[in-house]
Amino acid sequence: MSVVADTWRYLTDPAHWTGDGGMLDLLGEQLLLSVTALALALVVGLPVALWLGHLGRGGFLAINISNVGRAVPTFALLALLVVADWPGTASFGPYGRAGLATLVALALFALPPIITNSYVAVREVPAELKEAARGMGMTRWQRFRRVELPLALPLVASGVRLALVQVWATATIAAMVAGPGLGRVITDGFYRSNYAKGIAGALVVAAVALALEGLASLGQRAVTPAHVETDPHKGGRAGAGVTP
Amino acid sequence: MTLLGQVLGAADEGPACYSRTVNEWVCADYFADRGAELVEATQQHLLITVLSVLAGVALAFPLALLARRLPRLESLLLGTATALYAVPSLALLPLLVPFTGLSMTTVVIGLALYALTVLVRAFLEGLRSVPADVVESARGLGYAPWQRLWRIELPLALPVVMAGLRVATVSTVALTTIGAIVAYGGLGNLILGGVETAFRAQLLSASVLCVVIAVVLDAVLVGLQRWLTPWARGRAA
Repeated sequence: MSVVADTWRYLTDPAHWTGDGGMLDLLGEQLLLSVTALALALVVGLPVALWLGHLGRGGFLAINISNVGRAVPTFALLALLVVADWPGTASFGPYGRAGLATLVALALFALPPIITNSYVAVREVPAELKEAARGMGMTRWQRFRRVELPLALPLVASGVRLALVQVWATATIAAMVAGPGLGRVITDGFYRSNYAKGIAGALVVAAVALALEGLASLGQRAVTPAHVETDPHKGGRAGAGVTP
Repeated sequence: MTLLGQVLGAADEGPACYSRTVNEWVCADYFADRGAELVEATQQHLLITVLSVLAGVALAFPLALLARRLPRLESLLLGTATALYAVPSLALLPLLVPFTGLSMTTVVIGLALYALTVLVRAFLEGLRSVPADVVESARGLGYAPWQRLWRIELPLALPVVMAGLRVATVSTVALTTIGAIVAYGGLGNLILGGVETAFRAQLLSASVLCVVIAVVLDAVLVGLQRWLTPWARGRAA
């Protein structure tokens, strides 16, 4: 298959990696965008979801936001944000409207797994432990901070891991609406019938995705006590499912 | 309408509400003039979604049965599923192109793989959720292994399996749009075209239709589950 050979040639040519608009540049762009969006989603979503879980209120919303997030195509939301007059300037450059639209869409799609998992994590701390903490005379804040939060951490971490996967996938799709990032290599290649380039881009995106997933699973293991199993997909109670 | 008629009509009523100068988000003329295009894209969208999910189920069920017997295979399968799930759809579809070309097959295989990651877990968890004593009773009553699976275990596993099937179906509807990268994306093709030409009416209609399809298919599956598990009616799902 000549496409495979051409792909290899594309990947091994240093000119495609370095320089302005090279793959390393685009990789940096996409990583920066993904981390920013994830941080935004964490700042907005975590406190609300954890506290709602503590109060035991808003469960309907916290659970269903994941279902809504699954049903709305990331591509459609990105497209709508770019074609709308809001936000950003009308210029179609990578840091103009498409860049801002990407950031907003990324943060929005990172929210559901974070909110659902964090809510469920705090909610499902065993009632007898909460009761015992109350019996020991802990204040509401102490119970939240010293009992519920540590026990919830593994499931919260698995939500963050799902969000990271989601954010990376959405950031790639952003290239279909002229957004920044590595996805451009894929879309450029396919729109101009340079399939070797498109496939090379796909390989790099997939490799980085696997590396990020590996790092996230290490991080999750670090905050999980040895005897607890928190595969994000097991149990079906949290925000599991295909969302890339 | 003839060309002359179009010109005259345009002169009478001014530009259509979906023309470049007006470009409204919601526009009745758009549905009247381009409705056929929308219907065609919806049909392709449904076809891709249904084929992918069916292929996913057809693969997931035997794989889950095998994995149940071989714990090694199970951990390998689950590990692969987690990794596959991490690969963005826009990267997975191009990786299939050297094998299947720019075709609908590429999209269906890609989406079936994603559905598979959810469905294998659903089947495994569902079968695991069947109480051991029930299986034991069936054995005692003389059910053959195949009968036991078909008449005892599968029906009892159904609620968990159906929950997974709903997740897989709804995600597949959304993911089908990415097929636009190889020109087989159903409504995704219209979304892609809508971005390139800043065509608001087409963009919004196609996007809303995607969500509508997801909601309708989800409702169909809920109905199917109620029909298949009459004993669970009236109880909370």
